[in-house]
Amino acid sequence: MSTTLINGLFVFMLAAFIGFEVIRRISPLLHTPLMSLTNALDAIAVVGAILLVGRHESRLSFILGTLAVIAATSNVVGGFLITDRMLKMFKSSRPTKP
Amino acid sequence: MTDLAGNQQIIEITYLVASALFILSLKWMSTPATARRGVRAGEIGMVLAIGGTLLHHGIVDYKWIAIALVLGTGIGIPLGLVKMTAVPQRTALSHAFGAFCVTLVGTAEFYLRSPALPRFTMSVLSMEVILGSLTFTGSLMAAGKLQEVLPQRPLTYKGQNFVNLSLLGIAVALAVYLVLHPGAKQLFPAMLGIPLVFGVLMIVPIGGADMPTVISLLNSYAGLSAAAMGFVLDSKLLIVAGALDGSSGFILSVIMSKAMNRSFTNVLFGAFGQVQASASTAHEAKPVRSATAEEAAAILEAANKVVVVPGYGMAVAQAQHKVRELYDALTKRGVDVRFAIHPVAGRMPGHMNVLLAEADIPYDRLMDMEDINGEFPQTDVALVIGANDVTNPAARSEASSPIYGMPILDVDKAHTVMVIKRGMSPGFAGIDNPLYYLDKTLMLFGDAKSFVNNIVRELSGHGGAG
Repeated sequence: MSTTLINGLFVFMLAAFIGFEVIRRISPLLHTPLMSLTNALDAIAVVGAILLVGRHESRLSFILGTLAVIAATSNVVGGFLITDRMLKMFKSSRPTKP
Repeated sequence: MTDLAGNQQIIEITYLVASALFILSLKWMSTPATARRGVRAGEIGMVLAIGGTLLHHGIVDYKWIAIALVLGTGIGIPLGLVKMTAVPQRTALSHAFGAFCVTLVGTAEFYLRSPALPRFTMSVLSMEVILGSLTFTGSLMAAGKLQEVLPQRPLTYKGQNFVNLSLLGIAVALAVYLVLHPGAKQLFPAMLGIPLVFGVLMIVPIGGADMPTVISLLNSYAGLSAAAMGFVLDSKLLIVAGALDGSSGFILSVIMSKAMNRSFTNVLFGAFGQVQASASTAHEAKPVRSATAEEAAAILEAANKVVVVPGYGMAVAQAQHKVRELYDALTKRGVDVRFAIHPVAGRMPGHMNVLLAEADIPYDRLMDMEDINGEFPQTDVALVIGANDVTNPAARSEASSPIYGMPILDVDKAHTVMVIKRGMSPGFAGIDNPLYYLDKTLMLFGDAKSFVNNIVRELSGHGGAG
C-alpha cells in the first residue's frame, strides 16, 4: 500500500467525520439550500477537468475535459447563485441586531 | 518529505485554504443568521482552487479553458434563476451535471493512463465511473419525474429488482476484471454503459412521494464519486469536498427515510405509491362535512391558536403568497399562527421552508414536526393545505396500511381540522385518509390559491379595526 493511498484514506476518514458532525447541526429549515450548496462544492471536480483541457494530452481527454468543465462550471455558478437567492429570503419575525 | 517545486507549493497551499473554507462554508450553513456567510466562504474557496489550478505548469493552452468556463457560466446563470417551485428538479439536474463531469474525467483518465494504472487507482476509477454514470442518468430521470415530463407513479414489472441488481452486478464484475486484467481496454465502454442503463431503471419504479429520499441519495452519490475522483487524481481537495458532500447527502437520506419510516432498500426497491384500487373504492360512500370560505373565515377568526400544515399541493397551486396574506390577516387579529413542516413535505428536504420563506413568512414561525406535534391538542384549528399522507392517522393505527409506522403530524388531535383539497382523490401513498371523515373535520373543496384568497377576503370584509 503506497503512502499516498494511506494519506488519502486518512483524509477521507477525517473529512467524512467532520462532514457528519457539521451537517447534523444544520437546521432542517436550510436543507434545501444545503443541497444546492453541496452541489456547488462538488463542482470542485472542475479542477481535474481544467487540467485535462489545459494539458491537452490527447484528443479524447481534451474533448471530454472541455465538456466536463462546462458542466461543472454551470454547477458552480448556478449553485452559488440559487443558494444565495434562497438564503436572502429567510427572515425572522423578531427584530435582529443591526 | 520531498520538496514541492515553486508553483506547485503555491497551488497546494491554495488547495489547503480552499478545503478549510469549504468546511467553514458548511459549518456556517447551520443557521439562517450565518448562512450567507457560508456561501461567501464557499465561493472564495472555489475561486482560489480554480485560480490555483490555472497556475499549473503543465497547462499549455488556456484558450479552451476560458471558453469552457464562459459557456458553463452561461448555462449556470439561468439555472440559478429558476423559480423556487422548480428547485427540486433543478437540484436533480445539477446532480446530473456533476456526475457527468466526474464520469467524463474518469473516462479520460482511463484512456490516458491505462494499462499503466496501479490496481488501487483502477479500482477507485471504476467506482468513480460506475457511480458517476448511474448518478448521471438516475438524476436526469429524477429531474424528469419532478418536472412532470415523466410519469410520477411507479412503473413496475415482475422480476424488476432482479434485472436491476443483475445489471449492477455485471458492471461490478467488469470492473473487477479490468482491475485484474489491465489490458482488456475494450471492456471499458461496457462498464460505463451498463450503469447508465441501471440509473434509468433504478428510478423508474420510484414514485413522487419518495423523491426527497432519492434526491438525497443521488446527492450523496455525486459527492462520493467526486471523492473517488480525488483518489484517482491524488487530490486531497477533491477527497475532502467529496467526503463532505457525500456525508451531507447521506445524512439527509437517513433523515428522509426515517421520516417516511422506510429503509433505503424499501425506497429503492419497494415501489411505493401504486394506487391501492381496493382501498379507494371502499370509501366512496362515506360522507364528509364541508364548509365555505365564509364559515372557514369565521372559525379561524375566533381561534386563539392556529397551525397551518402546508404540503406539496400548496406549492403546485402557487398558493404560498395567499397563505402569507392569511397569516398577516390572522396575526393582526391576535391569532397565534404557526406552520407545521413535516420533513418529507414537498419534493425535497426543506422545500416547504423555502417556499414559505419566499412568501416572506418569518422562519421562526416554521416548526419542525418534533417541535410542534405536542401542541396539536392545544391547537384550536389545524388548517391543512395540499398535504395528505403526512396527516393520515392510519399511519398510527392500521398495521396493514402502506404508511404504517411513518411519523405523522398529529393534526387529528386539534380541536377543529380544516382541509383544503381539490377533491377526494388519494395522495401519493394511494390510500384514503380517515382524517377526512372525522366529525371535527371540515373539508374545504377548491383550489388552494383561490380558497385561501376567499378566506382572506372574508376576513377583511368583516374587519372592523382589522
